[in-house]
Amino acid sequence: MKRRNTVTIVAAALLVVLLTGSVLARQRVEGLRGKEATLEEILYVPSGEALKRMSLGYSSLLADIYWTRAVQYFGSHFDQNSTRYDLLAPLLDITTDLDPHLIVAYETGSIFLSQSVPAGAGEPEKAVALLEKGIRENPQYWHLYFTLGFVHYIDRKDYKAAQKAFDTGSKLPGAHVWMKVMAARMAERGGDISTAIALWQHILDSNTDKAIRENATMHLASLHADADIEALERVVHIYFDSTHSLPREWSDLIHRGILRGVPLDPTGVPYKLTPDGTVTVQDLSKFKFLGEFRSNRN
Amino acid sequence: MTSRLSAIALNTFREAVRDRVLYNLILFALLLVASAPLFGQISIDIEHLVFVNVGLSSISLFGVIIAIFIGIGLVSKEIEKKTLYTILSRPVRRWEFIVGKYFGLMVTLVVNAALMTLGFYIALLVTSGKWTSADGRLLVPIYFAILEFLIMTAVTLLFSSFSTPIFSAIFAFAIFVIGTFGDDLRNFAGAAHGITKWFATATAYILPNFAPLNVIGQAAHNQPITGSLIVVNTLYALIYSAAVTAGSVLIFERRNLK
Repeated sequence: MKRRNTVTIVAAALLVVLLTGSVLARQRVEGLRGKEATLEEILYVPSGEALKRMSLGYSSLLADIYWTRAVQYFGSHFDQNSTRYDLLAPLLDITTDLDPHLIVAYETGSIFLSQSVPAGAGEPEKAVALLEKGIRENPQYWHLYFTLGFVHYIDRKDYKAAQKAFDTGSKLPGAHVWMKVMAARMAERGGDISTAIALWQHILDSNTDKAIRENATMHLASLHADADIEALERVVHIYFDSTHSLPREWSDLIHRGILRGVPLDPTGVPYKLTPDGTVTVQDLSKFKFLGEFRSNRN
Repeated sequence: MTSRLSAIALNTFREAVRDRVLYNLILFALLLVASAPLFGQISIDIEHLVFVNVGLSSISLFGVIIAIFIGIGLVSKEIEKKTLYTILSRPVRRWEFIVGKYFGLMVTLVVNAALMTLGFYIALLVTSGKWTSADGRLLVPIYFAILEFLIMTAVTLLFSSFSTPIFSAIFAFAIFVIGTFGDDLRNFAGAAHGITKWFATATAYILPNFAPLNVIGQAAHNQPITGSLIVVNTLYALIYSAAVTAGSVLIFERRNLK
């Protein structure tokens, strides 16, 4: 009995000492391998389809592992302020080949891809391709359209494409009302004022939510004012062409028969004619988004 | 003590050699190695690469499978056949029994690996028709595979010392799978915060890491493997397997065999 106790004590002591030793040895291994230990910059099996067959039906589990690898790859490169994310797009492609319904890989992965370096891979085109793949595989998932619109808007500055994405997504069952709001915003950004007005009007008419209606009203007021101001500045230009001087008051234009009366903004207050011939509103606080449409278009 | 250890090791080796499962696995591995040139022919310009990848992976994978399938029965079979009581009634200590079994299985695995390596090199010579210095470097991944067997044998023996063969196989295979993703587990620990970080770091260090031992890809691409990596990997495998064997001894010493 005493001998067994001695063996137990020796074995326990050895276990502790050797485990500590193995941790130290492993740290030495990690130190030697350096960056290689994080994720090798080689994909030995670059085809998701091949991996899917090799996974013997456990492709969903393998997709989770690949998604984790993609996140870790991005995280480690991000921490190092890396300017290259060469494996990110292939890793995401393999992940979504293995599990085409892994929505998070499309949504978050596309944001990783689209953000400019060093915050992301600076590859918005690949992000769009990934999201379009996601939409093909999950056509009823409106969130993907939202992310697609976001990428088009923020990183590609393609307002028309963004508007199309938001608009298409907003028509899917369960889509958040803000999809319509965003579509209208993109129309403003894209320079298409009539589409913007129509979309904002639709949001106003189809929503009962107070905050959304107020927001839509504010956008519509600003958009209508923008359209009016553009038209009024053209009229001022016509006056200048015929008189070679700028009008001081609206009455100058009315007397020459160019305007029928003093123009009123959507709140019923007369527009303000400035000495340099530009037109604006009296109370800017009521037109929060005034000029946004015109400045974005320019 | 040495004679008792070598007697148990030798008997374990003899018993393993008589096992039909072993021959089936070796035959299957050799067939796979021999068929590697066929894989290469249906692709473009990667015949050698495919041959090396398939050959080395077969040696590594089948070695691990043999370690698990033979290792799970090392203790339980002796209990089942009641031969353990005969052994322990002689002047053989429990720890000697465990350590002897470990060495016996390791000898079996080294012999198997040697046989498969021989088959691999013969097939390589037949397909390429010449011997190059790069072919010699392929011994490094085979050596690393043997280090992997060192660890897997210890892990299987640990489970075998207290569990049934089927559960031992499941546990050992799970450890093998987790170990192949050892780098990912370590990275996860690095990225986590708070208690999750501590837990993940502890788990990553307690479980084996097979990732540094898998250099088949590098060898196939003829990339250099440093001498220092060979040294520290050897140290790690020896220390880790010794720690796990100490754990097996600890469990087996306290186990009630009545």
